[in-house]
Amino acid sequence: MKHIFALLIAALVATLAQAQTVKIGSTLALTGPLSATGMIHKVAGEIYVEELNQRGGLLGRKVEWVLKDDQSRPDLARTLYEQLLTVDKVDLLIGPYATANIVAAVGVAQRYNKIIWHHTAGVPSLLKYDMQFPTGGLPADPEVSLPELVFDAVAHAPKAPKTVAIVTSKFPSVHFISVGAREVAKKRGLQEVAWLEWEFGNRDFGAIAARVKEANPDFLFIGAIGVEGLLLVDALRKIDYTPPLHFHMFPAPGPMAKSPAAQRALALTTFEQHPPFTNNPVAAAFVKTYNERAAKAGLPDNAVELQAAGSFATWQTLEAAVNGAKSIEDKALAAWLKKHPVDTIIGTLRWETPSNYMPGARLYKIKQLQDGKWLVVWPQEFTAPGAKLLAP
Amino acid sequence: MPSLALLAQSLASGIFIGALYGLLGLGLSLAWGLLGQINLAHFALAFLGAYLTYQLGTAGLDPLATLAIVLPAFFVFGAALHWLFARFAVSAFNSLLVTFGLTVIIEAAIQWIWSADFRRLESHYADIRYRVGTLYIPLPELLTLALAVALSLALWAALRYTDFGKALRASAEDASMAQAFGVNAKALALLLSGISAALAGVAGLCIALSYTLAPSQIYAWVGVVFAVVMLGGLGSALGPLIAGIVIGVSEALTMAFTAPSWAPLVSFSLLIALLLLRPEKI
Repeated sequence: MKHIFALLIAALVATLAQAQTVKIGSTLALTGPLSATGMIHKVAGEIYVEELNQRGGLLGRKVEWVLKDDQSRPDLARTLYEQLLTVDKVDLLIGPYATANIVAAVGVAQRYNKIIWHHTAGVPSLLKYDMQFPTGGLPADPEVSLPELVFDAVAHAPKAPKTVAIVTSKFPSVHFISVGAREVAKKRGLQEVAWLEWEFGNRDFGAIAARVKEANPDFLFIGAIGVEGLLLVDALRKIDYTPPLHFHMFPAPGPMAKSPAAQRALALTTFEQHPPFTNNPVAAAFVKTYNERAAKAGLPDNAVELQAAGSFATWQTLEAAVNGAKSIEDKALAAWLKKHPVDTIIGTLRWETPSNYMPGARLYKIKQLQDGKWLVVWPQEFTAPGAKLLAP
Repeated sequence: MPSLALLAQSLASGIFIGALYGLLGLGLSLAWGLLGQINLAHFALAFLGAYLTYQLGTAGLDPLATLAIVLPAFFVFGAALHWLFARFAVSAFNSLLVTFGLTVIIEAAIQWIWSADFRRLESHYADIRYRVGTLYIPLPELLTLALAVALSLALWAALRYTDFGKALRASAEDASMAQAFGVNAKALALLLSGISAALAGVAGLCIALSYTLAPSQIYAWVGVVFAVVMLGGLGSALGPLIAGIVIGVSEALTMAFTAPSWAPLVSFSLLIALLLLRPEKI
């Protein structure tokens, strides 16, 4: 009898403790083709939740992150978000990694009238739900603002380019930005000497490299994600050609940093682990912890950049909204976010446009790979100490 | 009008990637044609070989020297796998399912050991290239071509001119009759399975020398290599290399003269055309 009573007490305590936690549900691409980046978001999220709980959690309640593996598949992400809401009964949702999976997750959130934060949806026009909050700093018009930023940067190179080759993967979120880049280049009076598209997952870049070499542009704009850009510059190097300036939209930063062919590559970022970004003590502390944890998790690139910083900013936004609204009720949180900007390690996030995306590319910067290190080189107020855009 | 330099460089590029298709297809074709095993795990083994080359190469071993470790290990693995298939009488169709499961297991193991992040072998071979007029020939790709040609020719000659090859072909055609003539079909099958897996190891070396690795890339090669195997003819030693080069060159020329995004259509268009026009050749 005594034992049964003790068990009942233990079950009651466990139930009460569970009621005292705030459950936040997510999926990430922990396996499958997007998993290299999914792992970055996992490490960043775990660090944040751990530190958040050390600070007392949310509204005095401990935070539990219920994380599932969507295997890089949008169909599975949709099912798992349903599960998070109906079986795991999570209180809040954070989106998965990458556009297609986020679109799937936002659809579920919309059906259940839940707020959802997400860091990496690259096509704002696909997301119309008013309680979805992008937190990666992407502009509402990435196909215009981001190429504008890129062409602004290269216009300040020692020798401003007059010709451009725009080559791109047909991966949805990079392809439409590359299409936009054609328009921006045209408006700026740059002569387009090549426009090439390839299917995502292309294996051989030899012939594409030969065409780029033949076009011999002053500036090579590569709309690529992951290692595609690296495969292209590798193929260019094999035929003894180095473009004077080459930009890679969303590269895999680790392998790029180690490759001699990729030196002086330009890319987009919102954060790099050098001043002025690390002048923010929260950012500096995160960089230190992330460097250690990423090494422990076996990630070959341990530096904090766009992905890890975007993830951290997402959690910062969630915490700020809960504390600001003093609630975990979805509509209260959404209303609070619509009225209040949030300071994060990537800058101040606002949700003022109809799509909730940022007006303009003011949180984005251009970085360059110099001697194996990524350094911000544009705009000038964010450049790494002593760094400048290098070109032959 | 594209220049001659562009044409020549694209042709070379097509031949090199075609050689890799052929090398990947060689072991698959032999196991399928002569043993009736559709071994999807061949791709996973090739990537496991690439990761082992990366690991040993990063530790300081010359990438080519890694073959001394990878080849015997893979040979044993391939033979053991076939022994299991024979023990449990796995049919051709079931071998497809079983080896798909094995592929998932190997992929998970690769991700567990090396993580899902991209890995890249930085070797001195990557910096070496030869110039012939306006044409550049990179050493890693040249090595791939040389290995593919040498191995395909050696296996073709072995199948055609040696007792081992004749016995294998006889077993594939009529196993019971071959056994009546004293052919030890079980031993031959173990040997061929081992060779097939070792060939995946060689393809792995070539992948590691030229590509950035990620576990999920295992699946990126399946479609085109299956097309190569079917175009080349099941059980043929030279067929995959020839079909691989035909597909590789067609893809490269498509990329050089039209939109590169049309290139993936080439391999399957060729396969469909062959199925329609010469079905007896498959």
